[in-house]
Amino acid sequence: MSVRDARRGTTGPAVAIRDLRFSYVPGHEVIDLPALEFARGETVFLHGPSGSGKTTLLGLIAGVLTPQVGQLAILGTDLTTLSRGARDRFRAAHLGYVFQMFNLIPYLTVRENITLPCRLSADRRARVTDPDAAARVLADRLEIAPLLEARVTALSVGQQQRVAVARALIGAPALIVCDEPTSALDADRRDRFLELLFANVAEAESTLLFVSHDLSLAGRFDRTLALRELNRAAATGGV
Amino acid sequence: MLLLSLAWRSLRNRAVITGLTLVSIALSVALLVGIEHIRRGVRESFAGTIKGTDLIVGARGGTTQVLLSTVFGMSTPTGSVSWATYERWRAHPAVRWTIPYVLGDAHQGHRVIGTTAEFFSRYRFRDRSVTFAAGGPPETDREVAIGAEVAERLGYTLGREVVLAHGVAAVSFAEHTAHPFVVRGIIARTFTPIDRALYVTLDGLTAMHAAEEGAGGLMMGPPSPHTEGPAPITAFLVGTKNRFETLQLQREMNEDRTEPLTAIIPGVALGQLWQTIGSAEVGLRVVAALTLVVGLIGMCVALFASLESRRREMAILRAVGAGPRTIVALLVLESGVLATLAAGLGVALVYGGILVARGAVEARFGIALTMQALGTTEWLYLGLIVIAGTLVGLLPAWRAYRNALTDGLSPSL
Repeated sequence: MSVRDARRGTTGPAVAIRDLRFSYVPGHEVIDLPALEFARGETVFLHGPSGSGKTTLLGLIAGVLTPQVGQLAILGTDLTTLSRGARDRFRAAHLGYVFQMFNLIPYLTVRENITLPCRLSADRRARVTDPDAAARVLADRLEIAPLLEARVTALSVGQQQRVAVARALIGAPALIVCDEPTSALDADRRDRFLELLFANVAEAESTLLFVSHDLSLAGRFDRTLALRELNRAAATGGV
Repeated sequence: MLLLSLAWRSLRNRAVITGLTLVSIALSVALLVGIEHIRRGVRESFAGTIKGTDLIVGARGGTTQVLLSTVFGMSTPTGSVSWATYERWRAHPAVRWTIPYVLGDAHQGHRVIGTTAEFFSRYRFRDRSVTFAAGGPPETDREVAIGAEVAERLGYTLGREVVLAHGVAAVSFAEHTAHPFVVRGIIARTFTPIDRALYVTLDGLTAMHAAEEGAGGLMMGPPSPHTEGPAPITAFLVGTKNRFETLQLQREMNEDRTEPLTAIIPGVALGQLWQTIGSAEVGLRVVAALTLVVGLIGMCVALFASLESRRREMAILRAVGAGPRTIVALLVLESGVLATLAAGLGVALVYGGILVARGAVEARFGIALTMQALGTTEWLYLGLIVIAGTLVGLLPAWRAYRNALTDGLSPSL
């Protein structure tokens, strides 16, 4: 465990899942995961084609969905024991999330989008001395510094995704979750995006969980997991 | 603070929809508050129809009838009061001044009132006295002063000869042609029934009817046939020396057995009359309230419609750590902000409207619209509007709450 993790006030592996089951409709399980665990600081590539339950699994890890059965510990905290409000606060404090696309609040500027977590979470706010300065540093590293005061609607998809990464990283949360962040980017932009993502995740000493159906990206990560093999519900459901 | 700024930015982002919703609610707010304002103005104008007169006295009859026949020139007088009785009350120690009224003749559908110089010096409406746009009060038995509306409608100017007729019908076959009058003065517009009447002296009426009889007149003459002494009058207005003696004097008059009279206090009688005719305003208020309901439903619809396109935005907020309650709070705040702005804009519209239109409204309808502060009723309305507007936001917020729980971080788009 790094010094920074200690400062974040969490212990234990980044994600620890055991016998996790989830269904939206009773009797139709979408997730049936016997075991899944990865350590702090790992970069994990989770290969999940559509229908493998990846979006649901990310919702569970983010604490937005509640599992019916099983253990789900994030950064040593068992989410299943937390109330809904406590999970929301935990997510705000310790998780950075990047969507496939449309990551940004349209009526806020780039800077305001990046600093949004600091305004919603006291923990995230406490870890940066000045949110605006932190946003500038991240924007600089992600090569979007000139866009800070721009309207997000004026941004290209690639720029939007970088802004989303900056927002996920501000206040250095312990876990960064990316849900197919590169699927809307062409090859050149995708490579540059990944380079910047890796560099900044390493700088923040965060754990990276990267979900994609594009196996060609897997080589860059510490570990590759195939959700279809792990998730028994996906296997039995058969696609 | 964050939520308020988010709500504000979000509303501004949807400027067109927000603006249209705002305008529609503000217009209904303006309607509601404006009607209340105008209602107050009308009531005050109405209550100001006659001021400074402590008692109106007529032959025994209904309160409303005495009021209508003397002040408004409507309805038929209750009868007549003998000159002796009038003289007796005029000499009463509590009485400071009196204005006699003799009704019963007309000119082109306009009432003719026989009165004395007291009328021009003592009569008050809305704390103003009768003034002349041209000329002056009738002095001889051949002179007449006409109201502003009479002058305008009939196109009369000073010096014009006027023939009065018996009865109040617009077309009368019993014209007092033997004794024509000359317009001596045109009374400045008062926005009271004075504008629609003609004023002659008591001597003028007597002379006119005498001339008629001498010429073998067609009709029975003035309100009541008389044989000796001055003619009876129809009613008289009384100003007391001391307001506190008014009630006592009223009781004395009503209980007097020499000649049965009805003495009314104008303010009280006007209030009672307003109670009966004022119920029309309820209909106006209901219409205004319905408009407001439509406006609020429009806001609800607009918020609902925006929800679909905002599911992504909600998911982002959720991902960044906002709870479902924060989402609810955001939407309720948006509708609350919108309702508050609309209420403010509505009030601004009312005052702006008054500023622009008050001259025209006063000139046309005699309703004095003032820039007075909002009354309790108006504040109550505004409070209710803001509360209702905020509550309306709960409906889409509830939907968003459900969406937030089921969508998780992946709205089905």
